[in-house]
Amino acid sequence: MSQTQQQRPTPASVEGPAGPARQKVPDPSSVLRPTSLTQNRLPWWTGLVILVVSAALGAALSSLISFNFALWFVFTAVLYVLISYGVTRVKVNRRQAKDKMWKNLVYVAFIIALLPLFSVIWSVTSIGIPGLLEPGFLASDMQGIDGTTDQRSQEEGTPVLGGIRHALVGSLLITLTATFISVPIGLMTSIYLVEYARGGTLSRAITFFVDVMTGIPSIVAGLFGAAAMGWFLGVGNSLGLPLPTRSTMGITAAIALSVLMIPVVVRTTEEMLRVVPNELREASYALGVRKWRTIIKVVIPTAISGIAAGVTLAIARVIGETAPILVTAGFVVSNNWNLFQGWMTALPVYIFRQFQNPTSPNFSDPSHQRAWAAALVLIIIVMGLNLTARIIATLFAPKKTGR
Amino acid sequence: MTSPGESHSPAKPTDQSGRQEPGTNALTSADSGGVMGDRVFSGVALLSGVAILVTLAFVAIFLSFNSVGAVYREEEGLILQQFLEYAYPLVIGTLIASLIALVLATPVAVGVALYISHFSPPRLSKSIGYLIDLLAAIPSVVYGAWGMSFLGPALVPVYGWLHQNLGFIPLFAGNPSQTGRTIFTAGVVLAVMILPIITSVCREIFIQTPKLHEEAALALGATRWEMITMAVFPFARAGIISGVMLGLGRALGETMAVALVLSPGLLTASLISSGNSTIPAEIALGFPEAPPGSVRQAQLIAIGLVLFIITLIVNMTARWIVNRHKEFSGAN
Amino acid sequence: MSKSITAKDLNVYYGDFLAVEGVNIEIAARSVTAFIGPSGCGKTTFLRSLNRMHEVLPGARVEGQLLLDDDNIYGPGVDPVTVRSMVGMVFQRPNPFPTMSIRENVLAGYKLNGARMSKSQADDIVEGALHGANLWNEVKDRLDKPGSGLSGGQQQRLCIARTVAVKPEVILMDEPCSALDPISTLAIEDLISELQQEYTIVIVTHNMQQAARVSQKTAFFNIAGTGKPGKMIEYAETSTIFNNPSNQQTERYVSGKFG
Repeated sequence: MSQTQQQRPTPASVEGPAGPARQKVPDPSSVLRPTSLTQNRLPWWTGLVILVVSAALGAALSSLISFNFALWFVFTAVLYVLISYGVTRVKVNRRQAKDKMWKNLVYVAFIIALLPLFSVIWSVTSIGIPGLLEPGFLASDMQGIDGTTDQRSQEEGTPVLGGIRHALVGSLLITLTATFISVPIGLMTSIYLVEYARGGTLSRAITFFVDVMTGIPSIVAGLFGAAAMGWFLGVGNSLGLPLPTRSTMGITAAIALSVLMIPVVVRTTEEMLRVVPNELREASYALGVRKWRTIIKVVIPTAISGIAAGVTLAIARVIGETAPILVTAGFVVSNNWNLFQGWMTALPVYIFRQFQNPTSPNFSDPSHQRAWAAALVLIIIVMGLNLTARIIATLFAPKKTGR
Repeated sequence: MTSPGESHSPAKPTDQSGRQEPGTNALTSADSGGVMGDRVFSGVALLSGVAILVTLAFVAIFLSFNSVGAVYREEEGLILQQFLEYAYPLVIGTLIASLIALVLATPVAVGVALYISHFSPPRLSKSIGYLIDLLAAIPSVVYGAWGMSFLGPALVPVYGWLHQNLGFIPLFAGNPSQTGRTIFTAGVVLAVMILPIITSVCREIFIQTPKLHEEAALALGATRWEMITMAVFPFARAGIISGVMLGLGRALGETMAVALVLSPGLLTASLISSGNSTIPAEIALGFPEAPPGSVRQAQLIAIGLVLFIITLIVNMTARWIVNRHKEFSGAN
Repeated sequence: MSKSITAKDLNVYYGDFLAVEGVNIEIAARSVTAFIGPSGCGKTTFLRSLNRMHEVLPGARVEGQLLLDDDNIYGPGVDPVTVRSMVGMVFQRPNPFPTMSIRENVLAGYKLNGARMSKSQADDIVEGALHGANLWNEVKDRLDKPGSGLSGGQQQRLCIARTVAVKPEVILMDEPCSALDPISTLAIEDLISELQQEYTIVIVTHNMQQAARVSQKTAFFNIAGTGKPGKMIEYAETSTIFNNPSNQQTERYVSGKFG
């Protein structure tokens, strides 16, 4: 830094009032204090120039190997970080250079994080939109679609037949059932935690295990659903009850999804109930209102938008789950409206099956097209749910109390 | 005192009804309906909480019960050895994939979190946060499809290059995959999937850094980066670690992405050829084909139990770190 | 309507911690009694024990007797909910229910308890209570607007209307003006003197002028030190407390020497 000062005395440092004095008496603070406020600044266009230079160099380097955009991006990013570090180091000082380097790295990290997002969205839309536009994609199931139909589509360009109606029905039924199981349990548990528990062992255990439950791998939840239902049916059948023999059915999947959904519901509603000001509860008690009425009529209505948003987010989370449904409800090609009998396809499982076991193994393009289109539908549903949650949370939030 | 509250309705007994009934004490009104309501309601709430504990216990019990067949058979007795031989390559494969994901995702996630909390224009930081959260909203099966059809093929030349130039390292030995469906691709996909989790935990904790500490650092003439190393990182260390642990928990249990991306095979040290498998993928691919009550099913449930225990340990450690940090940080 | 309150050797505990010790006080019906004293001296705790609101906190209990006319508030089999419907409370910060309109806020005591009433009955209660709280003329045209849209002083009067609407015997006020501006404070003070015709009013206040303006009798609470229980030091006519206190602590407090 002092070196910089000697090399490039700016007008201010020479003519400034402190200038001459400092030259006579070596002041230790001159190491810290630059003589001009603008001295440690590079002109604003420096970054731009460095970017252009590194982009050009990056293009040259990458074409030495074999030009493609990924390589170009990597080289440009590396060069930009290095060159701007070097320039700042020489022109300003080491501390600023280090600051600059980390700043650039943080920016690069951000760009890297966005790449897969755009790549995924691009891949889903580029194949998914044509697939979605095929006639009857939303309105038909996969009944009657076999290898020959797909072969004809791929070789002769006939429309890709088959659709996702059965999968939509399955997803809807399973997710709704899971919601009906999870929301009451989750809501009541969070009410227990917020309104009744007084920091005892039980409430701490519940909080802890709800946290643990959040981390249960979805496939394990699926295994649990299958095993629990299998045991239940076994016991039921040995008692002579008219129960199905195999546990693979929609309700099993709904139970498995509930295991994943309950902790999400508990945690979001708990948070929302805790936000409700205590003053409102006290106001209600002071009017001679019982606790349970206070909870139902004051606390929950005040928190309802947050709770609704939380539930919506929980639905969004489980509707995209594949593994637990795959091992509990299986997959079929046609509609099944009955949760309690027979296999049932959900949208994510449909996508998985179309990729993993294309209808025609040798002519897999139609299957992949259907899968991408289904993926697009699924993403739209999930994003729609997320958006709905945000809208609920902001639009219907109660006005702040008091001043 | 003629309050409308005294209009009796059997369905909804009011708390004010009968308050003037004669008795030794006017305050001991016999309002059994309201008291019952309180009891029933709190009882149901308590029951729901207990139901969660019971469910979790059932998860453990059912998995253990159903996996007995994998380690014990009547004809052969205890066959633990056989099960371990089956399980350990899967455990190792799961760990490899998760480790790759962590190594790739952690620096990027911390960077992104820093970008959102300290570098981005303040007006945009919220929207940028949403953008990263979008990554978490994409279903895992879509990531799997993306990894299988886009990322994998795109990485094929990279694997070829790595094999040519660094083939002497065991990690890059073996035949480079021609489809890109390797454990490394799976790791990259997992990295993308856990990125938003680590990011959001780190972001939360970075934002909570006491402004006073930051301003103290800046007032001493620190650059922004020096301020971050002086004020933000020391404050956020535990938060970052727990975020990484949560990401690890997710990566360990992630099923579909791996099931689609990886073409499974025997355990191998090579990251660039097909081979290896993970527990969740093994279950997802095997379970629908396994007949109920068979040894195969018991085996799959047993490795599911192993996975459950591993993720349980990871998640509990993460929570423990977070809770311990909460008590000491004094941020509240 | 309107009952007296008598405390005999009342101790209030939070768990093992004795918060207020040995209070003996007789509060006459249809009067305004002010509790004054430095922060943390237990006056709010004592006030909240008068309608068992302090039981909201875990471990809270009392020893001694507390009589509402002749009925022991802490007698066996007494339901705190019944007590609270007879002894209403107004809080430090105005807290109208944000999800309810002005009208619903006034009717909250009935609606929340699931009472059914005809529209004309409800209208009568709303108008009566809002008149009683000197708020009718300001809000009669916007009864269906949310209560949180009112100014702070109006909100506090809405909370008073809400309390008055269930026709309690006693109204407790916990520093009802501490969050309000001087003009709103004046409006509340006027209201208190009007309400006194019908209700027994107990008010906690930090503002000694306010105590002097609105109350007939004043109780001075003090605390010996941190962790020690709060005690009622002196209870007398308000004029006596402020002009001629018999206790030296009271004298030092009302003359502004501490607190």
